[in-house]
Amino acid sequence: MEHIRTTKVEQVKLLDRFSTSNKSLTGTLYLTATHLLFIESSQRETWILHHHIAAVEKLPLTTSGCPLVIQCKNFRIVHFVVPRERDCHDIYNSLLQLSRTAQYDELYAFSYNPKQNSSEQVKGWQLIDLAEEYKRMGVPNANWQLSDANRDYKICETYPKELYVPRTASKPIIVGSSKFRSKGRFPVLSYYHKDKEAAICRCSQPLSGFSARCLEDEHMLQAISKANPSNRFMYVMDTRPKLNAMANRAAGKGYENEDNYSNIRFQFVGIENIHVMRSSLQKLLEVSGTKGLSVNDFLSGLENSGWLRHIKAVLDAAVFLVKAIAVESASVLVHCSDGWDRTSQVCSLGALLLDSYYRTIKGFMVLIEKDWISFGHKFSDRCCQLDGDPKEISPVFTQFLESVWNLTEQFPQGFEYNEAFLLQIHEHVHSCQFGNFLGNCQKEREELKFKEKTYSLWPFLLQEQKKYQNPLYNPDFSPELTLLEPNTVSFNFKFWRNMYHQFDRSMHPRQSVLDLIMNMSEQNKQMEKDIKELEAKIKRKNSQSDAVLVKEPLQSAPPAPMALKTSPCFKKEQPLMPVNDSVRTIEGSNTADNRYSEFMEEFSKAEPAVVSLEYGMARMTC
Amino acid sequence: MEFAELIKTATVESVLLSGAGLPPVRGTLCITSHHLLLSSRPGGDGAPGTVELWLLIRNVDAVEKRLAGSSGTITLRCKDLKVLQLEIPGMEECLNVASSIEALSSVDSVMMMYPFFYRPQDLRLEAGWHLFPLEQYYQQIATQTSQWRLSGVNRDFAACPTYPPAVIVPAAVDDEALRKAARFRQGGRFPVLSYYHQKNGTVMLRSSQPLTGPNRKRCREDELLLGTVLDEGERGFIIDTRSAQAAKQARMTGGGTEPKSSYPRWKRLHRPLERGRPLQESFIKLVDACNDTSLTMDRWLSRLESCRWLSHVKAALSTACLAAQCLDREEACVLVHGAEGTDTTLLVTALAQLILDPGCRTLAGFQGLLEREWIEAGHPFHLRCARSAYSHARLKQEAPLFLLFLDCVWQLGRQFPFSLEFGERLLLTLFDNAYASSYGTFLGNNEKERCLCKVKESTHSLWAWLNQPEEKRKYLNPLYSRNALVIWPSVEPQSIQLWQGLFFRWIRSSKYLDEAWAEIQRLVENDDTSVEESAGNRRSQSLSDTAAQTENER
Repeated sequence: MEHIRTTKVEQVKLLDRFSTSNKSLTGTLYLTATHLLFIESSQRETWILHHHIAAVEKLPLTTSGCPLVIQCKNFRIVHFVVPRERDCHDIYNSLLQLSRTAQYDELYAFSYNPKQNSSEQVKGWQLIDLAEEYKRMGVPNANWQLSDANRDYKICETYPKELYVPRTASKPIIVGSSKFRSKGRFPVLSYYHKDKEAAICRCSQPLSGFSARCLEDEHMLQAISKANPSNRFMYVMDTRPKLNAMANRAAGKGYENEDNYSNIRFQFVGIENIHVMRSSLQKLLEVSGTKGLSVNDFLSGLENSGWLRHIKAVLDAAVFLVKAIAVESASVLVHCSDGWDRTSQVCSLGALLLDSYYRTIKGFMVLIEKDWISFGHKFSDRCCQLDGDPKEISPVFTQFLESVWNLTEQFPQGFEYNEAFLLQIHEHVHSCQFGNFLGNCQKEREELKFKEKTYSLWPFLLQEQKKYQNPLYNPDFSPELTLLEPNTVSFNFKFWRNMYHQFDRSMHPRQSVLDLIMNMSEQNKQMEKDIKELEAKIKRKNSQSDAVLVKEPLQSAPPAPMALKTSPCFKKEQPLMPVNDSVRTIEGSNTADNRYSEFMEEFSKAEPAVVSLEYGMARMTC
Repeated sequence: MEFAELIKTATVESVLLSGAGLPPVRGTLCITSHHLLLSSRPGGDGAPGTVELWLLIRNVDAVEKRLAGSSGTITLRCKDLKVLQLEIPGMEECLNVASSIEALSSVDSVMMMYPFFYRPQDLRLEAGWHLFPLEQYYQQIATQTSQWRLSGVNRDFAACPTYPPAVIVPAAVDDEALRKAARFRQGGRFPVLSYYHQKNGTVMLRSSQPLTGPNRKRCREDELLLGTVLDEGERGFIIDTRSAQAAKQARMTGGGTEPKSSYPRWKRLHRPLERGRPLQESFIKLVDACNDTSLTMDRWLSRLESCRWLSHVKAALSTACLAAQCLDREEACVLVHGAEGTDTTLLVTALAQLILDPGCRTLAGFQGLLEREWIEAGHPFHLRCARSAYSHARLKQEAPLFLLFLDCVWQLGRQFPFSLEFGERLLLTLFDNAYASSYGTFLGNNEKERCLCKVKESTHSLWAWLNQPEEKRKYLNPLYSRNALVIWPSVEPQSIQLWQGLFFRWIRSSKYLDEAWAEIQRLVENDDTSVEESAGNRRSQSLSDTAAQTENER
């Protein structure tokens, strides 16, 4: 609290991000220990978590006050105008302090109290059990076993304790191999495909330099290929561009020499590194945040940002992996440099395409826990949870979610979860409200006792899973296809408007088909329940009174809900929002062509009776 | 001319057909006057063949032949953007087939077109032709105001050859004045009523450009006509679909625009919309890019950008919104025109009506709108849709204005999925039929031509076919529920999407999307009996839920 100098500022204006006319909402700004809160005069509230703030900027003073622009990690951008510069300065400084946290225990997760008792807290953390998940995949088995080599995080600090390796890989082989791999991240099992007996394994780059070899590592790979009775050949996928991998050789790292390893096929797939991804997203946001953007500027900006190219590269890599397993029954070893960014993307997407379990709500949680959290994707560094090196920040996990979203667009019936689920996970990866994504690896989480001090996100999402269910989900959809084969032709990749403009409501379709369907199935369930209750009631009555009397109502009971259809016109499109709600105004729709209001000026001058052509008041239907 | 003269080879055996995502099939190819048929014989020679292909030759946009040894391959690129391949044994047969198709597909005489020969059993010739008489539209207006009248000044197409016989004009202007005003407008297209906005009594008019010319000619009757539209002290807007500079330049060739001095109460707004050749080229480039599935992401995005199609969609929607905004928000009358007043003008007036008027958003209302604002209003379909995106022929007057309109309607449907009574399928069918059809609805360039060719007497109407209960069902949007409000679309580039259902119709499999759509349809139809209005309230709740989504960390 010592950072907060001003807790309340009145008469603050909130500008619309895309409106060229300076239309604004007036309200009061509050600063709390965890949130920045803006309450409009109409009592509508906007809450911004300090941890979500990516950047705060104070713009030059204007006649109406001092502008303060806040950019959030969930892509919300708010533009306040604070009447007094002094207040603005105070808020600015406070936010700068509050949005930068030096220690984990200062994060929101440690003060967040969802009113659970400690047994619920423990149960929440036990909801996702990875040992159970490996069992589901079918390991341990004749070829794969649980290794205790990393029991005390001795071999690899950034791996989990429980690791599955081929039975033939002895401890010396594991130790030797880990010494030959960057950060000790030796090849381990990520996903086992029961039917094909093939495995997805992951690791980091070998320390091969220009000519170094390691017999144990060669044995390790051989053990993996031998653990697959269906195909002795295995693929080694280096997810980096070849040039990057070659440059690494000069630093004593690099990639596998096909001549030294028996039965491997080596393949580069060319996903760019975290720095390229970070600047790509920056460019994308610059473009999408431009006021009065033309279609051509948008498309060329989209192209220049390279963002969709990167998403396609990630998904292409996953498709390559899936083909190796599904078509050739070959095992695949995936790595990049350290094996926690691109490797996590490709392994998890590959598994998602191969196994329909990961397309359920629970399965997706398991997938994230396994390939991202337990295998040490550095959430803390990548999402800048603590004040640290800005060069470590990168939207690698966001790209994973976006790849999944692209798949849900191609297979509308293939996923149990919907877009809101992906957006909510994205929200909480950055919110630091739950313990799951805090820290960089399991060892760190254990040392800091996150499981005792914080709560797990997953039970909360499961509790409200109705919101995240895809009403079109069909678990038997194309039963021959537990395998998804996406078409990665360029035109299938679209800009994810609901992610990058989540809070710019005027840009979205005014009516949502999925919401409607969701409500309908919800309502049907309720009605079925009502029917059952009615039937039960009638039965009770029936047994009490004369059977002849009740016979008639019994027959008419089931169609009773149909009689509810009082109005033939199902009011799908009545105005759903209160009149003063600005969310559904059309304003956004004229912002791009809003340049069509400028003509009014001179005309209005000549004729004061003519109202200025301000679109802002047009209320949307729905 | 006899069709038989054009057909060099009528049948060829053992032709291999492939394309459009179907497995290749071998069969007998037949060329008739209007169709290309291919039938396979699964059960040997005696069994009746299965018809695998039944293609209207008018639909063929380009014929490409490639000879290899003793056989040849013909690639047929169709106006509906489908691409088919025929592998024909025998070089001579191949050349004959190709030249027959080429000759038949380039028959340009309206009277020789298939609709004049098409006689389906279950339709009556006269059905569907008089579903939407302008008189009826006028009667609706007449119940609200007496300021407008139905004029027969163009009964014999003398005042304006591209207008229908009946037009709605200000009651205070007599036919003689209309004739004079017509002489002052290009092609005689004097200002007529296009839409009456019931909410506030404002109107949208359309016309062609005034013939002011380099000497700034004036026409008292034209000024009077526009003057009487406005009440005392009212002001109106003229939306010119050309840039200010282009409008000025048009004076050199006898055209021009309304000068402020002679029309003091009209404020001119210039919103340049592309038409003619640049629009056709945009269409060609887009289709070209869509067909190249090997493009890298960067190449794809840069070609999508350079074809400019989505810019045209945005510009058309924005201009229509502007017109709608003037009427609905400013409560001012609007006159829309470009140069000829038969292309971008109609694009804007038709779209504006769809945005404003819930009546146009029903299946019947939309047909009425097309009839009134495109067909009767004289959009030259025969010229504009003579060739599609594949043709190698030298471009004449082709331009996909109508497709652009359909695309904009599709965008509206995407943004307001419950507000249009019809679905994407209708838009696709309209596109197909505008370019090649068994029905007479889109034949000719204007009512006068259709009259001369006796289109209404000798061909079937597309509407008659569409409105048969069995057919109609396919075009309805199961989610539709009448929305009495204005539907303002978002025209941000992030909100405008490429119409995949049209441009990728034959390129990518839409199996999963179709299945999902069928599922939605099934859910809604099952539900229709049990849902009542509380659904609306729930939906509003779910909307505010999402609004509160980010606030739940409190």
